[in-house]
Amino acid sequence: MDEFDVVIVGAGPAGATAAYLLAKAGLSVVVIERGQEPGSKNVSGGLIYAQIYDEIYPNFWEEAPVERAIAGHSIVFLGDTAVTAMGYRDEATAPPYNAFSVLRARFDPWLAAQAEEAGAMVMPGFTVDELVMEDGRVTGVKAGGDELPAKVVVIAEGTRSQLLKQAGLREDYDPKDVSIGIKEVIQLPEQTITDRFQCLTADEGAAYTLVGHTAGAEGGGFIYTNRDTLSLGVVVKIDSVYKSKRHPHEILDEFKSHPFVARLINGGEVVEYSAQTVHRGGFHLIPKMVGDGYVVAGSAARLLLNNVMTLRGMDVAVASAAAAAQAIIEAKEKDDFSAAGLASYERHFQATSVYKDMQTFKNAYPLLENKRLFHVYPDMVCDIMDDMFSVRAQPAKKGYRALRDRMKEHDVSLWELAKDMVQIGKGIAI
Amino acid sequence: MKIAVCIKYSLDASEVKVDPASKELKMAGVPYKVGVIDKHVLETAVTLKETYGGTVHALTVGPTKAKESFREALAFGLEDVTLIENPLEGEVAPDVTAVILAKAIEKLGDVDVVVCGEVSDDGFTYQVPPRLAEALHMPQISFARTAAIEDGQLVADRDLEDSVQTVAAPLPALISVMEECNTPRRPTLLEAMKAKKKPVNIWNVETDLGLSIAELQQKAALEKVHAEGVVVHRKQYVLKGDDLNALSNELVDLLLADHIIEGGA
Repeated sequence: MDEFDVVIVGAGPAGATAAYLLAKAGLSVVVIERGQEPGSKNVSGGLIYAQIYDEIYPNFWEEAPVERAIAGHSIVFLGDTAVTAMGYRDEATAPPYNAFSVLRARFDPWLAAQAEEAGAMVMPGFTVDELVMEDGRVTGVKAGGDELPAKVVVIAEGTRSQLLKQAGLREDYDPKDVSIGIKEVIQLPEQTITDRFQCLTADEGAAYTLVGHTAGAEGGGFIYTNRDTLSLGVVVKIDSVYKSKRHPHEILDEFKSHPFVARLINGGEVVEYSAQTVHRGGFHLIPKMVGDGYVVAGSAARLLLNNVMTLRGMDVAVASAAAAAQAIIEAKEKDDFSAAGLASYERHFQATSVYKDMQTFKNAYPLLENKRLFHVYPDMVCDIMDDMFSVRAQPAKKGYRALRDRMKEHDVSLWELAKDMVQIGKGIAI
Repeated sequence: MKIAVCIKYSLDASEVKVDPASKELKMAGVPYKVGVIDKHVLETAVTLKETYGGTVHALTVGPTKAKESFREALAFGLEDVTLIENPLEGEVAPDVTAVILAKAIEKLGDVDVVVCGEVSDDGFTYQVPPRLAEALHMPQISFARTAAIEDGQLVADRDLEDSVQTVAAPLPALISVMEECNTPRRPTLLEAMKAKKKPVNIWNVETDLGLSIAELQQKAALEKVHAEGVVVHRKQYVLKGDDLNALSNELVDLLLADHIIEGGA
């Protein structure tokens, strides 16, 4: 078989989009996907931010199997039984749409179909076992018993990417940078979801980010509305799960048992359970994305933007894939697929708004390490709210007094609170 | 040698759930795929081709949307797949399937061996292979565990549960195989890539096979009246305590009471 211009490992958003753009530009492309179908092997929250997808696949929501356009975003602090929530809601009935919930088992095949229509060959059901190397240069892949040579290999195999490590092209991950995501898909009647999440129609949905009640592990939860299912899960630091001596599913069960969550999923049937380790990403951990004969895109390059309010992986992936595709097209013109020939990838990526957002929120990263944020403040905030709203036999307190008393109760010093406020401010406000 | 294989785009029965209250089968969203048995059918046919030479042509009756599902089948090393579009509403009854497949095999012409699965993954009727053999006036070797050509005859071991019977049939003949007959190969990446270029032909029962849809409808002698799930209730006995002897006695008593084991006093 003739050599392909490009072999892409993985048919997720990054791989499929790179394939789509490269095939459209006339390059010969094959995508190798481990799952029997694209989208069958990942564990993904399921929220895509629309902007970059719209740029590449104009008005994609008209054809692509998206679930609901997200009209409401909330950040919810879970106390023991109480909640304090901050929400934002507008109508999401017409473009421009901000975000959509998706089920990857439906969405990824659509992306792969766009790539195939553009002329790429998508080969699901085959695992790339290793990269083929010659003199330190990647010259192809080994998969399904065969060797497939390529001018350039796009590594887009997702967050559990092993190929580069195996080939000695990257070091092992630091366990403290790794989380575990545990997710369920819970089936409920379409109308129940529409009503429970206060949506106008079945086309509108809501996204909740939840902090607290994760069984002593640092991380948070999410609930996204699909058409007739909810995607619900927690993403927690793997070292804290280990220390908590809890099984991952116990952490999810505890999260689901919180009255606020329990009410939302009441009567639902779990139709899917999945779990996977995920690299936590972070601006300071963006690796070298280019080498001789290869580029890395999407979660395989640890590209993930988490600023507590939004958790972005699938749009970052597509932005990096588009930058990689552009660089490969230029490399093809020069017929130079060395690291130098592909170097424009990093420049193109750095010019994207996605990269700039990662840079803007680079100081949000330490927030995700702050134990008080996950184990103390959610409860404390709920207690203070209780003081504000409750009429009791004891005399009421004004806000500051309530705060100080509750801080004492939760063992938080003024100095710690001030430090945390600065950290939160630096991370997401100033 | 020209070999025809019959495969089926089947409901993935393992994904069918039963509503515990109404016992209705929940069919919504249940995926379809080429059946598990069909991989054994394909392996049998391709092994015959590799051993004795010839060509292998797959036939299937199903919905047009099944077209993309035959890539893996083609990667086994078939010449082509022909999808005969389901002319009727809903599932095709096995007797109608047999009539359509017989006509298609006649159209292929000079077929020496027809390979079928003994029973489909979803219908479980065991009807198509014998009806097809009858329609083609071919001998059938059913419940086959092996397949070989010896002295111009099809020779196979039949699995009769308590014994194995070796039989021979003159060609052309039909053989229907069990899942135990072989271990299907896993096509390599390059085989799968080559298969992408192989054709999936679409035939229409009227224009390509000269059958009348009205007549086929009349032929459907089997009518599905009702399908209901069976809910198996687990006993969920839990024995708790510290005294192992007492617990094991309790366990034995429970097993005796449920006639799982039998024993005297």
